[in-house]
Amino acid sequence: MEGNINLVGYGLSAIGGAIGVGLVFAAYINGVARQPEAQRVLQPIAFLGLALTEALAILGLVFAFVL
Amino acid sequence: MIALALPAAANEGGFVPPTLEDMHLPEILPWMAPYGEGFGKQMLLVLLSVVLISWFFIVAARRRQLVPGKLQYLGEMSYNFVRNSVGKDIIGERDFKPFVPLLFALFFFILVNNLFGSIPLIQMPTTSHVGTAYALAGIVYVTWIVLGIKKHGIGYFKLAVVPSGVPKAILPLVVIIEIISTFLVRPVTHSLRLFATMLAGHLIIMLAAAGTQFLLVDADFWLKPLGILTLAGGVGMYFFEILIQVLQAYVFVLLTAIYIQGSLAEEH
Repeated sequence: MEGNINLVGYGLSAIGGAIGVGLVFAAYINGVARQPEAQRVLQPIAFLGLALTEALAILGLVFAFVL
Repeated sequence: MIALALPAAANEGGFVPPTLEDMHLPEILPWMAPYGEGFGKQMLLVLLSVVLISWFFIVAARRRQLVPGKLQYLGEMSYNFVRNSVGKDIIGERDFKPFVPLLFALFFFILVNNLFGSIPLIQMPTTSHVGTAYALAGIVYVTWIVLGIKKHGIGYFKLAVVPSGVPKAILPLVVIIEIISTFLVRPVTHSLRLFATMLAGHLIIMLAAAGTQFLLVDADFWLKPLGILTLAGGVGMYFFEILIQVLQAYVFVLLTAIYIQGSLAEEH
């Protein structure tokens, strides 16, 4: 079987991003459940958090292919 | 484009998994090669998307009535979605108006180009080529830097990279991190997020289709029922892809609005 060990490494590094995204949305859901009227305020913050956390996973994907 | 190439897996059993090479379809106009290459299916789809979007909104806005018809209602609803829930809520009531056309055009361009991945017979998201995503994110990158300089002068760069309320001792470290994350990583992730999700989704569907075909046609007969599993999984992923395609268009435009708001804001 042929392949590239980089992709295994990427799979491992994506765990971090996955946990981060999960934490961001868990906090968002908690906040909205406690105070539903805050949803419009929290939504952009949640997506900004998603973007920042996901950046790590995306950089990992690039390095997996480039290196 | 960076050389994105998966190594071809060993195919002793005769199963050939799809690779990234399958994303590069042959040229439509081979005789154009002396004048420049690259007019493939994706380029045609970009042109088609522009025609489709402008046709839809011209038709929807042509006969305006006080009580809107179905088409006008759909057009107004989609316009209002971008205007209010992205533009007004994030950039702010005071100065969101000049940016509505940019956000609107970006959202529908990306949405239609993503959804091409789920329309039968087309089935190729244009944004799964990295060039499209780079161009779109480049436009946004230039936009928010120019806006910041226009609003704050050259002091914008200081405003962007020096956060307030940080102790002097760790300020150099923070400034370096801020420069990297704002001016280098931000446009890269902005474009690659769109490109990578579309590419991965398309690859998964191609893999499910190839696996189903292999299992149902070429495999031994006791392996054939597994083909039904891959078929069901592929159909499930197909509908999940539609969700992701819409979500990625929304996230792209939302981030655009957040970046514009960040360069207009007084305080970092």
